[in-house]
Amino acid sequence: MTATAVRTAPPGQKKEGRGGAWLSLLAWVVGILFVLPVLWMVLTSFHSEANAAQNPPAVFAPLTLEGYREFFSGGASPWPPLLNSLTASIVSTAVVLLLAIPAAYALSIKPVRKWSDTLFFFLSTKMLPVVAGLLPLYLFAQYAGLLDNIWLLIIFYTSMNLPIAVWMMRSFLSEVPVEMLEAASVDGAGLVKTLRSVIAPVVMPGIAATALICFIFSWNELLFARVLTATVAETAPVFLTSFVTSQGLFLAQLCAAAFVVSLPVLVAGFAAQDKLVQGLSLGSVK
Amino acid sequence: MTSVAEQAGTQTEAPRPSPGVARKASAWARRAPLLPALIFMIIVTQLPFVATLVISFMDWNAYYPDERGFAGFDNFVRVFTDVNMRDAVWTTILLTAGVVLISLVLGLGIALLLDRKFRGRGAVRTMMIAPFLVVPVAAALIWKHALYNPEYGLFNGALTWVWGLFGSDNPPQPDWISNMPLWAVIFSLVWQWTPFMMLILLAGLQGRPLDVIEAARIDGANNWQIFRSMTLPHLRQYLELGALLGSIYIVQNFDAVFTITSGGLGTANLPYTIYQIFYQAHDYGRASAAAVIVVIGTIIIATFALRTVSSLFKEEGRR
Repeated sequence: MTATAVRTAPPGQKKEGRGGAWLSLLAWVVGILFVLPVLWMVLTSFHSEANAAQNPPAVFAPLTLEGYREFFSGGASPWPPLLNSLTASIVSTAVVLLLAIPAAYALSIKPVRKWSDTLFFFLSTKMLPVVAGLLPLYLFAQYAGLLDNIWLLIIFYTSMNLPIAVWMMRSFLSEVPVEMLEAASVDGAGLVKTLRSVIAPVVMPGIAATALICFIFSWNELLFARVLTATVAETAPVFLTSFVTSQGLFLAQLCAAAFVVSLPVLVAGFAAQDKLVQGLSLGSVK
Repeated sequence: MTSVAEQAGTQTEAPRPSPGVARKASAWARRAPLLPALIFMIIVTQLPFVATLVISFMDWNAYYPDERGFAGFDNFVRVFTDVNMRDAVWTTILLTAGVVLISLVLGLGIALLLDRKFRGRGAVRTMMIAPFLVVPVAAALIWKHALYNPEYGLFNGALTWVWGLFGSDNPPQPDWISNMPLWAVIFSLVWQWTPFMMLILLAGLQGRPLDVIEAARIDGANNWQIFRSMTLPHLRQYLELGALLGSIYIVQNFDAVFTITSGGLGTANLPYTIYQIFYQAHDYGRASAAAVIVVIGTIIIATFALRTVSSLFKEEGRR
């Protein structure tokens, strides 16, 4: 398959023959297969429970908001967990940026002596299994009375995303041309002026990419939220785990819940597709 | 890319005429912006590991609070002789390698398909990204209940429908999760991670020097030759990057195992097993010993991995 795919590459070539048409068709089929579970989730969420559980599937069954009504007002309200997730993700992303941007500055534009070692120290913390730090954090939280407290999650999410953010921001800051920095210093521009008029315009898209990735990872996190929170600080993914065991006819409600919780990430991710690539590759792919 | 940093880096290392005090001050001025992040990371990620190390030598079970004390290497012996732990190591390897390899190969194929101009290319790319943007727990729930479920899941629903087309009312209705539990988890993760690999590889493909490829084509190289000797070597660092980042995340996977099988049927990986020892058995000493062993194993593997990354970023700097 790969070999035939290459036959018609690279892009921008002359008209392709019939083989090209087949490859385009294949690309469409693969794309539809990958998006199908997502579409199925959305469609099922708008079906009634009885129709959602049919075999063969009732694709053209009438649409209803039953599942959403059940999700939002059937049992425990999903609003507190959704708001907790929003708070934890936004606050931790803001803290990450506040810590990561100066750090990245000290690792790229005016680097400390061992900038490379420091950079790899940050990455190495990402490789250590988080589960190994879970127990001491739990015991500490228990001791300090911080269990079921959203601030504990915020601190943890900050540490989870900080290495990624430092790597990304360093890669973006390294793109600021040296000549521009030199010119600014010759002109007698101070630090603030240099930051504002030379550095900021170049790295703004990078900051957006970093923020997007940090937001998504915090929003998605389950393990720590499950262990460290209970009823008060519960996040949206933890709320979803109540659907792990099946409970009679509940598929439409489950799909509605999964869709609602995924919606912020879907919207942000689709809106910033290119940033997504930059972010996921720690800024090394632009 | 690293040229800016390197240039500035050599400047600091050059001997300066100014006396030590001024130099120290300037070194601290350089370090100052870095310190908050560095200190934060050391406190939040390194201190807990020290605590884990201490607890791993203790007899500490929350169910028996009176028996807390020094245990020597008992916890480590128990972890090493525990069949579940050994199975968990093996499961983690299978799960990680399976997901990373399959999603890399699929991602490469799809990236090649998308690296051409055709109608709706942007739409197909957008569709491909969707799986990665579903919250992992939500995705695992959808796979477990809406796709794999033997009674009303989409897979068996589709089988019923296809068999129905041929007039058969006796379609096969396998119980996917019970029949192949580990593969059920792997497939759901492959679905989520293929877009990630595809995006990185597509970015790599689009950075190919097209004029060189055109020249090779004029010289009579066929497509397979171009792929083997030009595209693949160019993609190598992107493949390595995808494999490394994918491994970092998938080796730690908890959500899919927890949701789809709850660690049953031989799918408990290391994160899930340690979570269980800690959260369900409340055996803090044993959980910590397991964690320490996993950390040591990770450090050994990560040393090799980090070497790859550093060579990767050096190559990038040379360009």
